[in-house]
Amino acid sequence: MAEAEVNSYLVLGISLFMLLNSAALTVYAERRIASFIQNRVGPNRVGPFGLFQPLADVVKLLLKEDVTPIHSYRFIHTIAPIIPVVTALMTIAVIPFGEGIYVTDINAGVLYLLAVASLGVYGVTLAGWASNSKYSLLGGLRAAAQMVSYELPLGMALASVVLFVGSLSVVDVAASQEYWWYLFLNPLGAIIFIIAAFAESNRTPFDLVEAEQELVGGFHTEYSSMKFGMFFLAEYMHVVINSMLITTFFFGSYHLPFAGYWLPEMSPLAKAILDVLVFTAKTIFFIFVFIWVRWTIPRFKYNQVMNLGWSKLLPLSILNFFVIAAILFALNAA
Amino acid sequence: MATYAFVLLAVLAIATALGIVLNKNTVNSVLLLVLNLLSVAGLYLLLQAQFLAIIQVVIYAGAIMVLFLFVIMLLNVDDEESLFDKFRIRYLLAFLLVVVVFGQILYSLGGVAEMLPEISPEMAQVGTVEAVSEVMYTNYLIPFEMTAILLTAAVVGALLIAQFKIKKDEEDE
Amino acid sequence: MLENYIPIIVLFGIAIVLAIILMSLSRLLGPYRPNKNKLNPYESGMDPVGQAKERYSIGFYLVAMEFIVFDLEVIFLYPWAVGFLDLGLEAFFAMTIFIVILFIGLWYTLKIGTLDFSMKPTLANR
Repeated sequence: MAEAEVNSYLVLGISLFMLLNSAALTVYAERRIASFIQNRVGPNRVGPFGLFQPLADVVKLLLKEDVTPIHSYRFIHTIAPIIPVVTALMTIAVIPFGEGIYVTDINAGVLYLLAVASLGVYGVTLAGWASNSKYSLLGGLRAAAQMVSYELPLGMALASVVLFVGSLSVVDVAASQEYWWYLFLNPLGAIIFIIAAFAESNRTPFDLVEAEQELVGGFHTEYSSMKFGMFFLAEYMHVVINSMLITTFFFGSYHLPFAGYWLPEMSPLAKAILDVLVFTAKTIFFIFVFIWVRWTIPRFKYNQVMNLGWSKLLPLSILNFFVIAAILFALNAA
Repeated sequence: MATYAFVLLAVLAIATALGIVLNKNTVNSVLLLVLNLLSVAGLYLLLQAQFLAIIQVVIYAGAIMVLFLFVIMLLNVDDEESLFDKFRIRYLLAFLLVVVVFGQILYSLGGVAEMLPEISPEMAQVGTVEAVSEVMYTNYLIPFEMTAILLTAAVVGALLIAQFKIKKDEEDE
Repeated sequence: MLENYIPIIVLFGIAIVLAIILMSLSRLLGPYRPNKNKLNPYESGMDPVGQAKERYSIGFYLVAMEFIVFDLEVIFLYPWAVGFLDLGLEAFFAMTIFIVILFIGLWYTLKIGTLDFSMKPTLANR
């Protein structure tokens, strides 16, 4: 193994800690940016600039009453919030944060990401079904159908990246972008991936799942206290994680643009610090984009969402995959 | 270490499988089936078949079980009555059958006391994506293309069945 | 090779323990004073009508069915995408045929309009 490799459990601990905190910070950022966009003040009372607001929110959630409606399936109602949190946390295992800085490098890393994403569907569906509320049921169903539909373009966009890499290891994907980011080589794939990532994390314009005007709270209508808090936490963790994935697969991961051409040799420590900083900066940028889009673009109708997924993005992503494969094949043969 | 993991996963697989059958709530059964499939994926992993293990999670736990869940939610099945209440004779027959099958399994397992084979590094390579891709598109090309036709047939079939019901409903009105 | 998966299992354990701790904390710290009205499912302030075990559109079932088929297609593409340069022209043609056949299925689905959730009459629900 390379010398630059950092102990994987150290990375695991730090990244878990950072992910949980970043979810809280994202909540704060969302409220501040929303208030900026809407020309309001936003939370500014708790601590400097209202920075301790998420902490206060968590304490409030913990002290609230935990209600399970009658005739609901108590067992499933209880375990449903655990699922999205666990799947969100599981994702960080394969993401490289810098050269040699990752928790683990598995042979089928890209597929592992898909597998974890596909398990996330259960949380919202079961939550909606177990609540014994019509709003929840509709929200859960919509969530399941939407997440399932956008997993396909997501998978195809990732496959088109795999064509360039020739390996399913996420570490290889990151390392191979030293010269050219896949944004430049595969722009259509990048756009499809970003749209699908928005849909997968159920964010506006794809937040049909909890469309408050028609479904009250969607699948979490009947959740209160920390059970609701876990769905909330999971949503923001998904925002953070999807930003990381967009960064990793299309925006050069921890590489600066065209870094291979101009970046001088550095000591391992300086390189590691630079890598992590670059990765974090890009992730923060995409978290900002997620928030920005939420407060700018209105919501789709449900038939528009399904139509976009099935009759536009899916054929387009398959064609994109095929065309890239053909070009690479021709270039290789020539 | 691997043996302990195997025993743990095997027990989990059997326990969840029993749970699927014995549980009265169908959605609980679906969840147990997901757990069961995950533990089987763990068993694949122990045999160094990494690709297969992850595919197991993506396809079975992630896609097919979602369909099961939808169907169960769609059919709106209420809690099933306990199997123990009726069909006593059938239950007895089933029990006998289970004993026979279980005995057979135990008998056949008796021959292979050291259950976990030693996996050499060369054998471990077989489980990687690269190895799978090498054989799938050369030696197993025909089954691969057949899969495409089968899948398309499945799409058409599912759509036809769904449409048939809609048309019939309209005739009733 | 297998040791690469140990951190994932450790992470799975940590994640589940963390989630359970968070959930039980609110149960321990929060009050618990249920009454009949509080436990009723929300229905805009009215008494709930019936159970929320309504039958719903078959469209959702069809989405799940289609998903399985195309998920399989995606999964089949991955091993090829990994080694397609070494696999040569034969495998490339094989994959072309595979994609074309599945495209026919997708085209049929879209044509017949089962995945169309707008309430317009389509071939499927006319």
